[in-house]
Formats: sequence, C-alpha cells, structure tokens
Amino acid sequence: MSITEIERQWTTRLRKRVEGKLPPEKLLPDTQPAYVSSWIYVFGVATLAALIVVIGTGVILAIRGPLWWHQSFIGHFVNSLHLWSVEIFFFSMIVHLWGKFFMGAWRGGRTFTWMTGVVTFIASIVTGLTGYVSQTNFDSQWISTQAKDGINATGGGAFFNVLNFGQMLMWHIVILPIAAVLLTALHVLMVRVKGVVPPYEDEAKVA
Amino acid sequence: MSLLGSIINLDGYGHYLHWHFILVSVGNLVVVSLMVVTFVAALLLPFPGKSRRKENR
Repeated sequence: MSITEIERQWTTRLRKRVEGKLPPEKLLPDTQPAYVSSWIYVFGVATLAALIVVIGTGVILAIRGPLWWHQSFIGHFVNSLHLWSVEIFFFSMIVHLWGKFFMGAWRGGRTFTWMTGVVTFIASIVTGLTGYVSQTNFDSQWISTQAKDGINATGGGAFFNVLNFGQMLMWHIVILPIAAVLLTALHVLMVRVKGVVPPYEDEAKVA
Repeated sequence: MSLLGSIINLDGYGHYLHWHFILVSVGNLVVVSLMVVTFVAALLLPFPGKSRRKENR
C-alpha cells in the first residue's frame, strides 16, 4: 500500500483530525487557567460525580429488581442512594447552568458545548420522569396518570405512553441512560477541545 | 431508620404555597431556595488556594 493510499484511508484522516483537535495534553490537562479557581466552576464536575453514582446505583437496582428495592433494608438504602444522587445531579446541574448562563458560556466558539449541555439537560429530565413512573408504587401510579394528560395534550402519547410500564422502564434503563452518558461524554470532550470559558473580564487576555 | 423517618413525616398531605397564579410545594420551594443560596455562595466564597495560584501565575 502506497503512502498516498494510507493517507486517504478514513482511519488515518480521522486519527489526524482527532489528534489535531484534541491532543493528549488537552484531553487530560495538568493545569487549568487561574480564573477556574472559583466555586462556580465546581458544579460541572459535581454533576458528573453525581451521574456516576446514579448509574452505579441504577445498575444495582436493575440487577436486583423491584421486590428487592421495596422489601429489603439494603434495597431501600440503594433505592435512596439512587434518588438522592439524582437530586444532587439536578441540583448541581441547575447551579452549573445558572453559572454558565450568566458567564455567556457559548462565547468563543463554544456553541456546540452549550447545545450539548442543553440537550443533556432535556434528556435528563425525561430520564427523571421515566424513573419516577418506573418505581412500581402508588407514587409512580399517581405521577403516570397525571403525566399522561400533559403528554397526550402534546400528541406525544401515541409514541410515548407513560401508562405503559414496560416502555417506560426500557426508556429509563436502556435508551435514556445511554443517551445521557453519550451526551455528557460529548459535552465534556467539547469542554476539553474549546477549554473552560473565561469570565468576561478575562476574555480579552485569553483571546 | 425509623428514628430518621420520624423527624419529618412524609406520609401526610403535601404543603403548598399559593399566591395568585403561583402554586409551589414547600419541598420544591426549599430546594429552589437552597440552589439560589448555593449559587450566591459559590460566587462570593473564596476558593481555597486561590491567592497561592495567583502568585504562581
């Protein structure tokens, strides 16, 4: 195979593109800019940490099943860990969102980073809803019967039926977690590619 | 567990605040207030090691 042929291979082109956009020192940096030394920059990674606990406890709940999480002491505990890590996940994500909104975090060619965050937020809300209706208790019955009216009003009920437990559980434990994790990974990669957004007063110095 | 559960009784009716068209449960209001407090604190509280990092810059 000639050098030209190797250069034209999609694997070579993709590798060179990735190496150019995201060299190892950018992917796993040793230092961060001085303006990152603020509590407001902590909430992105706090959201990420909460997501790891959400996924971990969710895997355990999926393995053991509803009887375990309703009836055993450890099941109650893991179920609570799942709930409270979700609470911390959303809490941190909202504070992260406020911080980035008032920072204008879409500046400096970071539109895609901002938009992946927006889509991840929406996907997380749907994951939360499907989780609430998959609890198999009176709470989930109440939420699903209330939610169906809202979703039917949008016309979405034909495709997304909150009273269909099997469909909701599959969305909650398969489709949406995969989407949320992939979107989060893409979001974090975009932060690495473009760097953390500087405050307005530091923008001139950074640019 | 029962001791922890007895601190806040979650089996009763929910408490809501209603003002004109605004209807919010006390639980949601507490969480939103905590988020606002955390946001303001994150902006105002000094970050550990910040002065040292500035010296190194």
